[in-house]
Amino acid sequence: MAMFLIRRIGHGILVLWLISVAVFALFFVAPSNVAQTLAGRQGTPETIALIKHRLGLDLPVWQQYLHFLGNAVKGDLGYDYYHQVPVTHIIGQALPITVSLALGAAVLWLALGVFNGVISATHPRSLADRGLTLFALFFYSFPSFLLGLLLLYFLYFRLTLSGFGWFPAGGYSPLAGGIGPWFQHLLLPWIALALLLAATYTRLTRGSMLDVLGEDYIRTARSKGIRESRVVVVHGLRSALTPVVTQFGIDLGQLIGGVVVTETVFSLPGLGQTAVTAINQQDLPVIIGIVLFASAAVVVANILVDIGYAVLDPRVRLH
Amino acid sequence: MTAAIEMVDVLEEPKAIEGRSPFSLALRRLRKDKVAMISLAVIVLIVLMAILAPVFAAVTGHPPNEQYRDLGLTPDGLPRGPNGTFWLGTDDLGRDVLVRIAYGARISLLVGVIATAITVVIGVVLGLAAGFLGGITDTILARLIDVVLSVPFLLVAIALVSVTGPSLTVTVLVIGCFSWASVARIVRGQVLSLREREFVEAARSLGAGDRRIMFVDVLPNVIAPVIVYTTLLIPVVIVTQATLSFLGLGLPPPTPDWGGMISESQNYYTTAWWFILFPGLALLVTTLAFNLFGDGVRDAFDPRADRT
Amino acid sequence: MNDVLLKVDDVRKEFPTHSKEVVQAVAGVSLEVHKGETLGLVGETGCGKSSLARCMAHLYDVTSGSVWFEGHEISKLSRKAMRPLRRDVQVIFQDPYGSLNPRRRVGSIIGDPFAIHNIASGNERKKKVQELMELVGLNPEHYNRFPAEFSGGQRQRIGVARALALRPKLVICDEPVSALDVSIQAQIINLLSDLQREFDLTYVFISHDLSVVRHVSDRIAVMYLGKIVELAPTSELFGQTRHPYTRALLSALPVADPDTADSRQQIILGGDIPAATNPPTGCRFHTRCPKARLDCTAEEPALEPVLDDKPDHRAACLYPLTVGEDLSTAVPDLKAS
Ligand SMILES: Nc1ncnc2c1ncn2[C@@H]1O[C@H](COP(=O)(O)OP(=O)(O)O)[C@@H](O)[C@H]1O
Ligand code: SF4
Ligand SMILES: [Mg+2]
Repeated sequence: MAMFLIRRIGHGILVLWLISVAVFALFFVAPSNVAQTLAGRQGTPETIALIKHRLGLDLPVWQQYLHFLGNAVKGDLGYDYYHQVPVTHIIGQALPITVSLALGAAVLWLALGVFNGVISATHPRSLADRGLTLFALFFYSFPSFLLGLLLLYFLYFRLTLSGFGWFPAGGYSPLAGGIGPWFQHLLLPWIALALLLAATYTRLTRGSMLDVLGEDYIRTARSKGIRESRVVVVHGLRSALTPVVTQFGIDLGQLIGGVVVTETVFSLPGLGQTAVTAINQQDLPVIIGIVLFASAAVVVANILVDIGYAVLDPRVRLH
Repeated sequence: MTAAIEMVDVLEEPKAIEGRSPFSLALRRLRKDKVAMISLAVIVLIVLMAILAPVFAAVTGHPPNEQYRDLGLTPDGLPRGPNGTFWLGTDDLGRDVLVRIAYGARISLLVGVIATAITVVIGVVLGLAAGFLGGITDTILARLIDVVLSVPFLLVAIALVSVTGPSLTVTVLVIGCFSWASVARIVRGQVLSLREREFVEAARSLGAGDRRIMFVDVLPNVIAPVIVYTTLLIPVVIVTQATLSFLGLGLPPPTPDWGGMISESQNYYTTAWWFILFPGLALLVTTLAFNLFGDGVRDAFDPRADRT
Repeated sequence: MNDVLLKVDDVRKEFPTHSKEVVQAVAGVSLEVHKGETLGLVGETGCGKSSLARCMAHLYDVTSGSVWFEGHEISKLSRKAMRPLRRDVQVIFQDPYGSLNPRRRVGSIIGDPFAIHNIASGNERKKKVQELMELVGLNPEHYNRFPAEFSGGQRQRIGVARALALRPKLVICDEPVSALDVSIQAQIINLLSDLQREFDLTYVFISHDLSVVRHVSDRIAVMYLGKIVELAPTSELFGQTRHPYTRALLSALPVADPDTADSRQQIILGGDIPAATNPPTGCRFHTRCPKARLDCTAEEPALEPVLDDKPDHRAACLYPLTVGEDLSTAVPDLKAS
């Protein structure tokens, strides 16, 4: 187990390092006019040169990279070009928003997906099964921005018009400002995200439940006269959930850098939106910082999933 | 050798009729799947709409990028709703929504098909190489797959497009270069287990070389999962393209494209529902049709998943 | 003898495991296969028969030792250099389901040898394939079917047809009937023996079942934990059994038989087969041998003629059985004297 962990973590670090090289190469080799932008329209060549020097942009790319890597190892991702705020600070500001969004949505999509999956699996080929599969696929087919806009239209615009101003048009209200407003601001984005992702979980749960329910020990449990609902929940669901847990870990990791659209539609200043702003401003340290941070989230989530898998399922060979 | 056991050499009767391949069996199952067939019909209709886009323009008399500032806009400069001239209304610049949707189908399908094709070709070749050749090739490719799958795809895609400037080629390349990894991972996994199968060893014992074994013996066995994955990948690619457009990184205006149209309509959804509804519907129906069809393909190729 | 077709000289095959140990699948085997004979290879599952077979066909690189075919060493040849020789050495595999590609048509599977060695193509290949199908008792009209459309016995016929396509000199049959129903086993064995007569084939016939091997073999090699423990002409192996392990295998045969008169007494071996990662010292059989003595744990017996045996009857035992010796009452004695 220790060997397995060490190798897995080693791979993770290697992957992150490769990503840092690739991302750095990509953005620093591409032409950039940040210094020009910062200097303003009247910037003389001297000011531009000075700004470049101050930002370290006059050094060869590989030196900039080594400098960046040296700091990154110490947990310092540099400063943003415009306000000289530490990138780690910017990430720290945006992270709670993205995490609130992801975790809240996760509760919803897990509940929805697993519940529907169990119903489908216990009544295969029934009307309910077909209906739920169609329901899941319907929302799965939605582009996230379209679903977001639709929710905004019906649950914000139409409701507000009819005098029920339950939901804000967007924005974020920190938990510190009370759980009520926080919840209110996040509910629509949660729904939007959960509906999109629930389909995968419905399918996974259905598939593995069908497999498990066909296995011998379940038949044995049935033949012993244990109640069907107990068979399903206690014996079936527990072993059927392994692939669901795996997928859950992977999805959560990916959401850290992947809720760009939902954040944009609902004006949530999370990591995704912050990154998009930085991209528009060519604020390289912020872009690279967030990309690396999001990649790290995926890598860590995958390692956790592997460990969880090895712990849950002793048949998995560690190598 | 002395054959001590005397026994009549009976020909056992074969179980099924002439040469039914696993593939044709899957097709038969697919043909019986009503939902999949309806979805396929819808897909065919959308393809027809894309091909016949110029006919839409000719019949209505409205070229896709023509701005009808008098006829197509209300006196306050707002889009006009569906009427006899503009069947699905106009957009914020007084252009015909119907004709633009028809032309937009071209972009969605084109990107969907080309980017998926690139993805699948790269993914299959690299997955095959990694799984079959093993060793250092596999080590490098496996890390590369990890890298690509760990990167926040949409963020990097946005960043890339913002650096290079939006264009059809960039969109296709970005999507293709980031999606191959999941195909490669699936193929690699399949090949790793196929490689240990006895028929591969049998081929080797006959004197077959690596390349022959890879393409003649292993490849036919990974085609089914690849077909399933491909049909399900097309709608994902279409959504990705629309998403990039929605974020302003699709095609340079005025080229009509669904994501871009939805993005332009955002400020009008309180006043001009048709402007967002119809492009949104076109996009949704397309992805839904592909997903339903893909679901049918999956069940047809893996009947186990749908048994009772 | 100068009619040696295949010679195996002190071959070892080891597999690495996930821990640092290695599995010694084949632990120093030497034997010769003569032209036109059927050499039986028998031993419990996991004793290394398949590994030895694959070393013989150079499907595995040997860890040490060498394999010679018609006087040429083949065990160190590259894959490419081995290719022409593949025509002469063929393998029939145990699993008639796993050894045929499920996604390819039978005609193309049987035609593989022609395609790989550029011997025939197009209609000529098809004709040859259909002749082969007829030869092994398959309906040539089933040319375009897929393996899944055939029964187990028919699939093994497909495997036979493929192996015989290029008229090899040596065919290594690795448990060709173990996966089949008993009635069908007989059909396949008859087919193999008919083909041997017709094409003058040499067989290495592997099975974990001594009763199967016995019917087909001219000579039999008995394998235990990666080593040959006894090698003799079939009648001598049964009539003058020298090795306690061979005797134990014989005693487990279902019907008592005049040949095995002195082994009617069933001998039940104690203990499990030791792990191939950590074989016992000295004689590998000493942990289960009823005759084991203290020196069996230290000295490794060589495979050589024992007592008054002729040179073609060899056994690896320090205390070989005499004819008529009753093994069922023997008890091991491993204490120092
Ligand atoms: N490819 C392999 N990798 C690791 N161990 C193997 C491999 N093939 C066989 N072995 C091991 O070598 C031993 C002999 O196996 P095998 O030759 O298949 O025996 P048999 O054919 O007599 O059943 C067994 O312990 C088996 O587990
Ligand atoms: S050498 Fe000793 S242990 Fe081995 S078989 Fe002979 S008597 Fe038994
Ligand atoms: Mg074997």
